[in-house]
Amino acid sequence: MRTMKLRAAAATVLLTALSGTLAACGDAGSEGEGVDVQAEEVEDGKFEEGSRMAELAEAGSITIGVKYDQPGLGFKSATDDIPTGFDVEIAKLLVADLGIDPSDTSAVTYEETISDNREPYLEAGRVDLVLASYSITDDRRQVVGQTGPYFITGQQILVGADSDVESIDDLVGETVCSVSGSTSLQNVEDAGAVGAPADTYSQCAEDVLNGTVEAMTTDGSILLGLAAQNEGELKVVGPEFSEERIGVGYSQDYPEMCEWINGVLTEAYEDGSWAEAFEATLGGDDVETPEPPALDECPAA
Amino acid sequence: MNVVLDNAGDIALAFIYTLSLFVVAGVLSLIFGALLAAARVGPVAVLRKAAAVYVMLIRNTPLLIVIIFFRFAGPKIGLTFGFVDIRVADIRLNNLYAACAVGLIVYTSSFVCEALRSGINAVPLGQAEAARAIGLPFGGVMSQVIMPQAMRHALPPLASVQIALLKNTTVCGALGVFEAFARMRGLTNDFASARTEIFLAFALIFVVLVEVLSFVAYRLERRWRIA
Repeated sequence: MRTMKLRAAAATVLLTALSGTLAACGDAGSEGEGVDVQAEEVEDGKFEEGSRMAELAEAGSITIGVKYDQPGLGFKSATDDIPTGFDVEIAKLLVADLGIDPSDTSAVTYEETISDNREPYLEAGRVDLVLASYSITDDRRQVVGQTGPYFITGQQILVGADSDVESIDDLVGETVCSVSGSTSLQNVEDAGAVGAPADTYSQCAEDVLNGTVEAMTTDGSILLGLAAQNEGELKVVGPEFSEERIGVGYSQDYPEMCEWINGVLTEAYEDGSWAEAFEATLGGDDVETPEPPALDECPAA
Repeated sequence: MNVVLDNAGDIALAFIYTLSLFVVAGVLSLIFGALLAAARVGPVAVLRKAAAVYVMLIRNTPLLIVIIFFRFAGPKIGLTFGFVDIRVADIRLNNLYAACAVGLIVYTSSFVCEALRSGINAVPLGQAEAARAIGLPFGGVMSQVIMPQAMRHALPPLASVQIALLKNTTVCGALGVFEAFARMRGLTNDFASARTEIFLAFALIFVVLVEVLSFVAYRLERRWRIA
């Protein structure tokens, strides 16, 4: 009798899981599932002989550095094969342009990069591209190649739902949490608040929820994701008080990749796949899809 | 090296946090650890058992778990340290700092207790018996006869425990205190081109701090040596 019950339960679980996957297949544009991007045909001569793009297309495999812990940008839960988020969607467009199937995990490796190892991974060739909420800065450009931006975001504040904080100015002298080592934390200090470093964004959110800190801060897009996870308990407030230009990182050994990346991005801006990627991840019913940002010129090779 | 010099003020502030954590946790863990050690060798069976359980429980738990307990489980049961809010110039000792400091004290005390107990065990039993024979109560035996001799034997292991504490403060850098480790992560992220220098500078400062500590311990050892 007991085994029967267990079996029935197992069958129910299996069915639920199956219907879940089926629903996901039918409704590719829904939130969190991402867009189904098809690999493009690569004709002979599309990439210049000897260029890194030609090598990657020839090899049919690529490694992309993404974040695993930022809902909406790059996030991988324990059960996902492929991370989800806007960064990942843009990565898929680049991968598809090389004639590689972005959903084939044997060809594409989405390696987790944390803030500290993005440059070392690119320099060592462990990843071919980095799309990990990677702000473009002059200092980073000394070490690696960065192009874009494909997204512009700004820092906002996340507070408890009943808080009357309206902007960063209300937080002078108060404790504000962000991830240790991030630019956001630096900006908090510059604004006169006390920075509280944490290991992950969810840890900060936990601190805001239980009242240990007054507020947390980072890119608005990440905060929206956290607020959505704790609906009714947390809210995003204030104007953006910094500008982060999110770009694609590549190795300085292959400067030819810059023009290619810009080309793919421009195409995505024009044919609407950029907007589609935004709506599938960061966008929601009440979020307006912004204009794609202007791309930086590639440095003369 | 420019990055390090340009940010010398921030780095100094970070090390003030590191050192303040070390001093607060160091002094309090010595006091609490000494009480624990006294309980472990004392005449009251309940206290002996309680201290033994404390040491067994805390010494076998990773530091990170102890501090995370005070940082995240504590607030859930109403332990927020909200009453702590000390401001001295740019230094701000808040509830997060208190939670981290308490975690360090709780953890280090168990090691201090065991280091002291090793010292107490090294004092010949005759000393305690003689002290009791002249009518000293337990407190007097401990403070007048046993502890002064035990400290001499316990000094090297105690120094090791305190050196470990100084380096353990870096755990707080990921849990809400803007100390040296958190500052280093900020700098390595902002100045990707100068990472090696930043790492070396921070490692060097830690080496110097620990070296100072070792020197003090060595001097004490010599001063307290039996002539």
